[in-house]
Amino acid sequence: MADVTLRKVIKRYDDVEAVRGIDLDIADHEFVVLVGPSGCGKSTTLRMIAGLEDITDGDIMIGGDVVNDVPPKDRDIAMVFQNYALYPHMTVAENMSFGLRLKRYPKAEIKTRIDEAARMLDIVELVDRKPKQLSGGQRQRVAMGRAIVRNPKVFLFDEPLSNLDAKLRVQMRIEIKKVHQKVRTTTVYVTHDQVEAMTLADRVVVMNHGRIEQIGTPNDLYHNPATRFVAGFIGSPAMNFVPCRLEDAAGKLHIRLTDRLAFPLPPNRAARYQGVPRNEKLLLGIRPEHITEAKAHPEPGIEAFEVVLDVTEPMGMETLIYFTLEGAQICGRVNPNAGAHDGGPLRLAVDLNNMHLLNEVTGVVL
Amino acid sequence: MASTAVIDKAAPTRPVKYGSMSRDRAWALRWSYFFLMLFAIFSLLPPIYMLITSLKSSAEISAATNPWWVLHPTLENYIGLLTSNQFLTFFRNSALVSIFVVTITMLISVPAAFALARMRFWGSATLATGVFLTYLIPDTLLFLPLFKMFAAVGDLTGIQLINRWYVLLIVYPTLTVPFCTWIMIGYFASIPKELDEAAIIDGASWFQTLTRIFIPVALPGLIAATIFAFTVSWAQFLYPMVFTTSTDQLVLPVGIITTLIKGDVFNWGQIMTGALLGAAPPLIIYAFLMDYYIAGLTAGATKG
Repeated sequence: MADVTLRKVIKRYDDVEAVRGIDLDIADHEFVVLVGPSGCGKSTTLRMIAGLEDITDGDIMIGGDVVNDVPPKDRDIAMVFQNYALYPHMTVAENMSFGLRLKRYPKAEIKTRIDEAARMLDIVELVDRKPKQLSGGQRQRVAMGRAIVRNPKVFLFDEPLSNLDAKLRVQMRIEIKKVHQKVRTTTVYVTHDQVEAMTLADRVVVMNHGRIEQIGTPNDLYHNPATRFVAGFIGSPAMNFVPCRLEDAAGKLHIRLTDRLAFPLPPNRAARYQGVPRNEKLLLGIRPEHITEAKAHPEPGIEAFEVVLDVTEPMGMETLIYFTLEGAQICGRVNPNAGAHDGGPLRLAVDLNNMHLLNEVTGVVL
Repeated sequence: MASTAVIDKAAPTRPVKYGSMSRDRAWALRWSYFFLMLFAIFSLLPPIYMLITSLKSSAEISAATNPWWVLHPTLENYIGLLTSNQFLTFFRNSALVSIFVVTITMLISVPAAFALARMRFWGSATLATGVFLTYLIPDTLLFLPLFKMFAAVGDLTGIQLINRWYVLLIVYPTLTVPFCTWIMIGYFASIPKELDEAAIIDGASWFQTLTRIFIPVALPGLIAATIFAFTVSWAQFLYPMVFTTSTDQLVLPVGIITTLIKGDVFNWGQIMTGALLGAAPPLIIYAFLMDYYIAGLTAGATKG
């Protein structure tokens, strides 16, 4: 087991810069998820850690040693691929033991490790089967088993669940978390699915256009996003953004959304945004769960307003509502008994204690 | 087909032809069987005629009876050939040449194809195309220069190549290697990239990746290439005709022609028998290897 460090890592293909200078410290035993839209450089970063791609510039260290020029087999890593990449002509046991057999481990040792991994992954009865006789979920387990038996310094996962159906994905997500709790191997996991990132990671690295947007714990990213990209990427349904500006009225700082709609800011927020120029183009960022039905006795910082709904989506435990404000579609989450219906009016409350204010031009959260 | 009708709600109403698909299929099947039968008859008639003729005595062949019927079946042609040392020598030469050529071809073209398909190096794509282009040069264009070359080598070094069966081991691979390399490139390219990446991470060298992953996974392609190489070297006529002359150095196709046609006397019975016996090994190999020619051996490797 070991820590992984990336220092100013750059990957350039001809003219295209896929990864534009990444600095990342991954601690021993840590589960780090790289997440971002396709083409953001997350897979390339993982493949550079694996040694499957050369790095154009910078340093990659595993366990304190610079591995820039070390071939993949000597980096002591194991990788799980999106499409499993099982050897089709070998049984499950042979697939799992291939790496150990190449390194000439004693037969007894190999058998012990396979038995242990197979038990951990619940594939004991499958060890004599060929990959084509397995279902997608089982193949993914075998691919994980192949990584586990190697007992490497670092696990690398490249979108391992994206070929599975939704239900199986949730199940395998929990499996992966369980396995990590047992083996505690440093893990770097790549996904485009923010739910996977949130649920699995000790720390999430959000990437966009070859750069790191923000690194943090799942809750940190959710509640304190640094940029508009992170704010919009993490969380489902996504955060709402409404054009707005600040103004002073009656001695209090207000946030004005439309000509008719302005809210006074709660004291802690007012203090925070006091220095922002009043004429600056801003965005109000507010998560759907902070737009709810209005209550009779609102707490401080919660402001009520009337809207006409466009669409409602009853989810059972809650109802998602959609309405338009200044051309922006806004999503809120209300109680199923709040009386929301398509095209109907509804009195809503917005919780400004949980608002975010963004610079519209730079996308930075203020 | 019912589900299609359900999805197609918005389409203008028209009579729905339930099972029209299977009717089309039935017609397609009928026509394909018709043409396959035609083709089978066309290609099987000559060997059947050969078989019939090989069972006749010379007298019966030259008699004016129905050529498609054997009145007095005899095995004298078979016995005659199989007990003739000359014929057995041809057979041995053919077998030796073919086995060696197949071995040499595989030893060269499999690693070459692996390198061209996977180890991207400068000019590998051009080289791959170049390999195929060499295959397109007809052998009729080459036999004279080759003859001169071998003669020159003989003059310079004293190594006798002309009129020795093993000269064919040098010549045949120029035909088999490019083609086999080309089809193996195709097979190797169809193996998912992740498979060799997984092997590399598992600690396999390039050579181990080739021998332990690529060759087993591309076995159907390997068998196809083997069959091709064997057929080419077994049936080659022009080169052995040119390069070998003594009867102890001849291979089967040339041997049959040169020894069984004496002046203007055609020993038809034995010629037919020899040709049939000569066709037997490729047939047996086809039948045997086809069992291993299992399509979709890569099933299960990836999501598929």
